[in-house]
Amino acid sequence: MKIDTTPEVSGMGHSMKRKEDPRFIRGKGNYVDDIQLPGMLYMDIVRSPFAHAKIKSINTEKALKIPGVLAVITGETLAKYNLHWMPTLMSDTQMVLPVEKVVYQSQEVAAVIATSRYIAADGVDAVEVDYEPLPVVVDPFKALEPGATVIRTDKKDKKDNHIFHWEVGDRAATEKAFAEAEVVVKQDCYIPRIHVASIETCGCIADFDRVNGKLTVYMTTQAPHAIRTVFALVAGHVGLSEERIRIISPDIGGGFGGKVPVYPGYVIATAASVVIGKPIKWIEDRMENLQADSFARDYWMKAELAAKKDGTITALRIKTLADHGCADAAANPSKFPAGLFSICTGSYDIKHAFAEVDGAYTNKPPGGVAYRCSFRVTEAVHMIERVTDILAQQLKMDPAELRLKNFIPKEKFPYQSALGWEYDSGDYARALKLAMERIGYPALRKEQAEKRARGELMGIGISSFTEIVGAGPSKHFDILGIKMFDSAEIRIHPTGKAIARFGTKSQGQGHETTYAQIIAEELGIPASAVQIEEGDTDTAPYGLGTYASRSTPTAGAAGAMAARKIREKAKKIAAHLLEVSPEDLVWETGKFSVRGAPQRSKTIQEIAFAAYTNHPQGMEAGLEAVCYYDPPNLTFPFGSYICVVDIDRGTGQVKIRRFMAVDDCGNIINPMIVDGQIHGGLSMGMAPALMEEISYDENGNVQGGSFMDYLVPTAMETPSWETDKTVTPSPHHPFGAKGVGESATVGAPPAIVNAVVDALSHLGVTHVEIPMTPERVWRILKEKGVAE
Amino acid sequence: MAMHTIKLTVNGEPHEATVESRLLLVHLLRENLRLTGTHIGCDTTHCGACTILFDGQPVKSCTVLAVQADGRQLITVEGLEKDNKLSAIQDGFYQEHGLQCGYCTPGMMITGTALLERNNSPSELEIREAISGNLCRCTGYVNIVKAIQHAARATKQETP
Ligand code: FES
Ligand code: FES
Repeated sequence: MKIDTTPEVSGMGHSMKRKEDPRFIRGKGNYVDDIQLPGMLYMDIVRSPFAHAKIKSINTEKALKIPGVLAVITGETLAKYNLHWMPTLMSDTQMVLPVEKVVYQSQEVAAVIATSRYIAADGVDAVEVDYEPLPVVVDPFKALEPGATVIRTDKKDKKDNHIFHWEVGDRAATEKAFAEAEVVVKQDCYIPRIHVASIETCGCIADFDRVNGKLTVYMTTQAPHAIRTVFALVAGHVGLSEERIRIISPDIGGGFGGKVPVYPGYVIATAASVVIGKPIKWIEDRMENLQADSFARDYWMKAELAAKKDGTITALRIKTLADHGCADAAANPSKFPAGLFSICTGSYDIKHAFAEVDGAYTNKPPGGVAYRCSFRVTEAVHMIERVTDILAQQLKMDPAELRLKNFIPKEKFPYQSALGWEYDSGDYARALKLAMERIGYPALRKEQAEKRARGELMGIGISSFTEIVGAGPSKHFDILGIKMFDSAEIRIHPTGKAIARFGTKSQGQGHETTYAQIIAEELGIPASAVQIEEGDTDTAPYGLGTYASRSTPTAGAAGAMAARKIREKAKKIAAHLLEVSPEDLVWETGKFSVRGAPQRSKTIQEIAFAAYTNHPQGMEAGLEAVCYYDPPNLTFPFGSYICVVDIDRGTGQVKIRRFMAVDDCGNIINPMIVDGQIHGGLSMGMAPALMEEISYDENGNVQGGSFMDYLVPTAMETPSWETDKTVTPSPHHPFGAKGVGESATVGAPPAIVNAVVDALSHLGVTHVEIPMTPERVWRILKEKGVAE
Repeated sequence: MAMHTIKLTVNGEPHEATVESRLLLVHLLRENLRLTGTHIGCDTTHCGACTILFDGQPVKSCTVLAVQADGRQLITVEGLEKDNKLSAIQDGFYQEHGLQCGYCTPGMMITGTALLERNNSPSELEIREAISGNLCRCTGYVNIVKAIQHAARATKQETP
């Protein structure tokens, strides 16, 4: 990629050091729990020990006697204001606090408000709740059987636990292709429930100012504007209209999708602040975080791939059951109950495909949120990359060769997929070949053969994924009816410096740096002189927030387009100053000069000054612009990953020896930040592949509810990731970029599974479920008679 | 609840506080002394976001009672910078992109500082072992390792 600006300006392509770091490395970040307001009270939550139980009574007497406990809020309290239920982002409903029954373990039952967090915790211990346990439904297949206990008895006429059926593709044509296929492979695959476990948990401070009738909520949210609108919709009837709600999302300690939804704690704290008239802080602890919110995945898939004997894939069919827990509280765009699962044809030119997904309620917390991935893309990619390998194994073809044979050729872009997407750009073979070259693929295969002869277990796994990120186009994508555009507003100060505000919200991605670089690229103002702000709904333009790798494709694009509007006006001012017509001016970074007379020029700084001191008569003063950018299409980043594993025959432990990730996210704003995003994404791809799972016993008791049993990778399990890139710009994005933050989380797990299966393939193993814990792998070794 | 008056030194400054027996050190630092750079990320002593130097040793301040800090010398992230000059570890994290959301960063830097104090040329494995009690969800650790290596090189140049 060509770099057009100097390091001083630091436009696109510079590995500029991050502007946010000076405060973080000094311990001067400003996270929600760091904020202390005068008179602030603390909230703590009583949670259910049962997964499904009737609430017979809640006795708050003892709690209220504790000095410092000011109130205990129950479902009855909220019911008076009709705030005991709230809508989810998928237009389902979810309890804020229960009146009749609880539907998952650790569900919020009551909230204690006290003068300190310690006293609030004492209060929680003193609240007495009498439960009557009900039959528990944890298995989504059983949940759909006739006669299963109905969980959502709150819904009139609801007689079962089925949430939705969704399908896409041409069923008949796909069936025909399967009937005519020379080879068919099948695989069932479960992607377990997992949790993003950002190191900062969720929380808020709700501050209702009774005098002015204004509510300010400091909240760990990735989507502050959408939250403001949801609050106005939910609480409009109690007088909270949207102009009186201000959501501030301060520094966020990691989001990964877990900080998109509205959790009951936010609503209870807000209601309590309105009722009590004081600021109320609620910060969940890690166990509450792992047991009650932010769950992802829980997809049971059955896939079939049809092919010719030469390895040409002809059709794909997938049937999925999605366990959503007690509510459909996923954060998918409204028209996509299964998210963008229809990217499941992956990187391959597959003529016929059909996919269907059914959603089921179970007695678990609301699931299907996200785990650093764009709406169900990880599940889709896992499945296609697994069955592709199984086909290679069946045909005794090298998995790289099979992929190269089936890739959508680069001449076919923009490419119409069988399930309805228009892929913007790609060169899949180039990425795979680069990964193979960088890792030394033929030599590894040779080494593997030698090791296998000696009885050692070594495997090489490939994944060639295609992501789909950057929602909208607004004609297809909305959340609760709000279209998925995003926004930027730029103001140039008289001295040529700038401030810009965006509708998104960084949670570590480095927007304060990358957005400044976009503006630097477009206007030639040094990125160091461009101040970026996000996350305050009173000041930033309306936007849908940061998740699903959408910031660069949408808000980043809005930044470039707003800057271009500014450049248009700057051109008129320059023409006025130079006394030529605008058509006679040419732009090069940071200045307009007269065509043919380059010594006659005006810098952007001179033009900015003139915009306030000497602007042409008849023109408005000032130099600023707003853009609400509605992308014409999504962006389709891609990559090829190759993983090398060694398996210990004594313990079953899988060790990632090398992992080569070649990513293509189009043009890059800041290579250092992109590399960092990929490192983090790879780690969050490895985590569910090898370690993380939240499961439930038959009574609905959570099995991974603290960091004691939910294993987040440390530096010891994480390998030293190797990265490289190819650059295939997006043709429709203003500066040719694609999203990147989640590619690696999506692409890594199947590469690791494929490597483990490859290590065991000579023993007849064709599939291993995740997480591939030492125990699970050891059991396979034992069964195959190779455990030591 | 019994109250105790304790005296301690934090980042070179003497402090006196009257605290409940059960108050955790991390809350004393964050809420009473308003040193909010020390973070909280769990309740089972796993994440290390709360790591501080306690008489020179890296310690998880969520698992120490405030009263146990009576008479002790503590260093938090706010005490790493000296005379307006970033410490080698801070500069290493800045230069090598060793942080993203910044939440784990104070604890990581404290652990890194303690490591370099006892071993000024750690191997990659030694670095990974040292930070294995500090979780980071954002960076994949690659650049944290590089940041500590960067700091090790800088420290050695300063004190040959
Ligand atoms: S807060 Fe997690 S170890 Fe202290
Ligand atoms: S930088 Fe976010 S947890 Fe480490």
